[in-house]
Amino acid sequence: MNITTFTSKKFWVPGLLLVILVALVTLPIYGSLYNVILATSILMYIILAVSWALFSGSTGYMSLATAAFFGVGIYASALLLPATGQVLPLLVVVVLGGLVSSIVALGVGALTLRLRGIYFAIFTFGLVVLILELLNWWEHTVIHIRGRFVMLVDNDVIFYVMLAIFILLMLTTYFIKRSKFGLALQSIGENEEAAAHRGINVTLVKVITFAISAFFMGAAGTVWATKLTYIDPYVAFNPLFSFMPVLMAIFGGMGLIYGPVIGAGIFAYLQETLQTEFPEVYMLIFGIVLVAAILYLPNGLVGLIPRLIRRWRKGGLKQQHADT
Amino acid sequence: MPESIVTILDVAIGGLLLGGIYALIAMGLSLQYGVARVLNIAHGEFIMLGAFATFTLYTVVGINPLICLAIVGPIIFIIGFLLQRTLFTRLRISAPNPGAFEASSLLATFGLLFIIQNLVLLGWGADYRAYSYLNFGVDLGGAIFSANKLVILGFAIGIGLAFYLFLARTRMGKGIRAAAQDPATAGLMGVNINRVLAICFGLGASMAGLAGVLYSMRIPLNPAMGLQYTIIAIIVIVLGGLGSIPGAFLGGLILGIIGEIVTYIDPSLSLAAYYFIFMLLLLVRPKGIFGK
Repeated sequence: MNITTFTSKKFWVPGLLLVILVALVTLPIYGSLYNVILATSILMYIILAVSWALFSGSTGYMSLATAAFFGVGIYASALLLPATGQVLPLLVVVVLGGLVSSIVALGVGALTLRLRGIYFAIFTFGLVVLILELLNWWEHTVIHIRGRFVMLVDNDVIFYVMLAIFILLMLTTYFIKRSKFGLALQSIGENEEAAAHRGINVTLVKVITFAISAFFMGAAGTVWATKLTYIDPYVAFNPLFSFMPVLMAIFGGMGLIYGPVIGAGIFAYLQETLQTEFPEVYMLIFGIVLVAAILYLPNGLVGLIPRLIRRWRKGGLKQQHADT
Repeated sequence: MPESIVTILDVAIGGLLLGGIYALIAMGLSLQYGVARVLNIAHGEFIMLGAFATFTLYTVVGINPLICLAIVGPIIFIIGFLLQRTLFTRLRISAPNPGAFEASSLLATFGLLFIIQNLVLLGWGADYRAYSYLNFGVDLGGAIFSANKLVILGFAIGIGLAFYLFLARTRMGKGIRAAAQDPATAGLMGVNINRVLAICFGLGASMAGLAGVLYSMRIPLNPAMGLQYTIIAIIVIVLGGLGSIPGAFLGGLILGIIGEIVTYIDPSLSLAAYYFIFMLLLLVRPKGIFGK
């Protein structure tokens, strides 16, 4: 029995992943335009939640700087892909947006990662609003610009670039979790002091991970900008993008690599459909779901799966006993 | 009186008024976070509730906004008390450790924020609303100030001081301070922890509500107005030192004065100035001014 589960697991997981991948890659062929756009926003939220969990989930430092890195990416698009007079190709800008975000993260991380607990969370959130307010002041009173326009990009192209970032992020997360670096990261999350005594360069590991996660947030922001087309500081540095990934990752459960993916997937789908179907009460439903999830799903959605499997197995065993 | 001195006085009174409001809000949040360990992101929503309730009570029923203080305060206290008794007590008991409780309660308050905001949106609509009360000039030795400004200032500082005396002098206040220091030991000493935490959360919420009643005399109301006050309250309690009630009071006044000065120079920079001071302080002295 052990052998069969082992081989079936070895076969099923990559098989399932392949099916999902093929379904996603071919989506623009069989899906409607609405589905492609919906899938793009869901992927965007998944990228933010997974890259947030990559750093904060493993180290335990709750970063609320997501909107800052995301916004830096959006602004990279606004400056390098204007509606008229495109400077660089889309993919180059996406990589550049990611790189600039991770450079910002390197600086912020080196400066602030000695702050612990709630102080780090508040500082990183402050960063978002500080950038937002200063940029707004700069655009309004110094250079007199009200809003910028980004060039139009085909929806299928936006979808494929987002999908590519997502796949790259999942591979990165997977390999980090399996590497020595990932072990170091995990030991920092469990006990930072002990990790430092073990000879791990705690600061370096934290700052590098922070920068890697910021790269994906920035890259996602750069593509997202081409979907928004109109950009001003309030659009780019919306603090909601700091909070949503946290909610989504915790909703999904952070114990497993696919927790934030499932959490963000369901959450984003719920948000998009509620917003279009029930615009009047969407926040109310959303809030109730959130409170209920915290009360009844303390380990997130993925915490629910083992519980269901156990119950199902128990049921199955009873069935077997009844048969014999 | 020379023009420049009038300007300075105006900025100082404006700063103290803003500071008094900030102090009330921050003392409320300090109680919720310092004792009940709930970093209440929905704190600003109680300000908004207080402000909207006053708007309706004054413009529809015709009740004086200052009397609304005595109506809105207790009602919001009961809402806060019940929230702590049901939602947060349950989360606290089921959490494996204090850190997990802080994370889950933070998320739960997010849910509350969405729920309260949407309910107000359904009840009052998304438009800006305002009313006029005591909106005439008072001559103070040659300088003219709006009467409601002075009334708000007086009430905010009065409520803040009364609250401080309650904590410092009464038996209940002693229980609250004991629970803030060490809930387990306080429980062993005969403090009813669940009741004390519920009272703290209720008082914290009603402080926000009272601030909302007062401030509604001067600002336009909108269902989305709450979050910015929550953020300011967080800045103030970090500025004053987490959990320190006098720190929250003085921190609020200081931030209000700074805010008014920056607003006088360039209104669009005031929020940025708050954050700049705040982040600088976090880097230099993360324990806050009064932190131990």
